[in-house]
Order: sequence, then C-alpha cells, then structure tokens
Amino acid sequence: MNLDVDRRALVAVAAGGVLGAVARYGISVAWPGTPWATWVVNISGCFLIGVLYTAVDRRLPRLFLGTGVLGGYTTFSTATVQVAEAGLGYLAATLIGTLLAAWAGSALASAVRR
Amino acid sequence: MTVLLVALGAAVGAPLRYLTDRYFQARYGPGFPWGTLVVNVTGSLLLGLLLGLPLDPGLVALLGTGFCGTLTTYSTFSWETLTLARRGEIGAALGYPLLSITAGMGAALLGGALAPLVS
Repeated sequence: MNLDVDRRALVAVAAGGVLGAVARYGISVAWPGTPWATWVVNISGCFLIGVLYTAVDRRLPRLFLGTGVLGGYTTFSTATVQVAEAGLGYLAATLIGTLLAAWAGSALASAVRR
Repeated sequence: MTVLLVALGAAVGAPLRYLTDRYFQARYGPGFPWGTLVVNVTGSLLLGLLLGLPLDPGLVALLGTGFCGTLTTYSTFSWETLTLARRGEIGAALGYPLLSITAGMGAALLGGALAPLVS
C-alpha cells in the first residue's frame, strides 16, 4: 500500500505539531482552571484552518501549518473529557462554534482571494 | 521543563495522526474521514484512562497534553465536516460529527472506567 508519505512531509507535520501543541500549552498555563481556554484554542484554530485551506494550495505549507501547527494546536481529546465537567452546553458551544469558525475563516479567505 | 515534555509528546502525536490519515485514505479512499475519526476516538480513550490514573504531572504533560492533545484534532475534524456539507453529502456531514462525538465521549468514559483496573 502506497501511503504517499515522504520524509519532508513527516518533518513538516512533526515540527508544526510541536509548535501548535506548545502554543496550546502556553494558553492553558496563562488561563488555568477553565475548559474555556480549550474552547478558545479550538475556535481560533478552526477559524485559521478555514483561512489556510481556502487561501493556500501548496502541499507542504498545508501540511506544516494545517496538519502540523493547527492540528497540534487544536485538540479533540481534551475538549471531549472536559464535557464531563463543563456539561453538554460546552459540547454544543464547541461543535457549533468550531464549524461556524471554519466556515467564517474560509468565507473570509475566499472574499479576499477574489 | 514541562514545555519540553509537551513538545516531545507532540512530536510523536502529530506524525502518527498524519500517518493514520494516510493509511485510511489509501485503504478506503478520501470519501469519509475515517483516519481522523480513529485518532480522535483513540486519543479520547487514552486521555480518559490517563486522567484516571495517579500519574506524575510530567507524565500527564508528555502523554496527555503532548501526545493525546496532538494526536487528536478539532481543526481537521471541523474542516472535514464542512467539506462533506459543501459536497452535498448531508448524511455524512451529520453522521461524521455525531459519530465522532458519541464515540469520543464513550471512549473517554470507558478509559476512565478502565483506570482503576490498570492502576
């Protein structure tokens, strides 16, 4: 099976993932004790991926910034375990908010690109 | 120091997510985002388990914040949902987030329930 994965792609994804995760960690340290730090991370990351994937077509920048940085910055696992303490309103605010944010980022990028 | 542990976990989690996505796309095609679903559910199970264990904070930073946080993703997940909706695949555009969230929540609860058995 050909996965179409090369070393440059893996390095770009790993390096981007580290940058994104460190940014997420920094926000959690700056704003401790609340699940809304994760919410802000996920909403902003989804807005930016909408911008990126609409504005940039080249493979390696999409892998580094999209799969790597924004993939590592946003997190599904933390958002999921936080529903247990923050409730279903948090779940809805995350799901609906991230979809709207991705759509808004994409709409903004296509408006600028036109 | 903690930030280095987060970075180390992320350096493994991000390429593993990418490789999982490539594997499922090669096997099942780009129609449905199985790869992201698998990493998001697996990462939720593992994080649920980790948070139920009496772990050293450094290990939580490495495996939880770093590895699980980076293995899983909300940005790709939301973009894929939006893409399915834009392609007019309404069933998949509703089914994908529903499946991700129910399976992710179930996995996190299962991980938490397994923790006392492991420790």
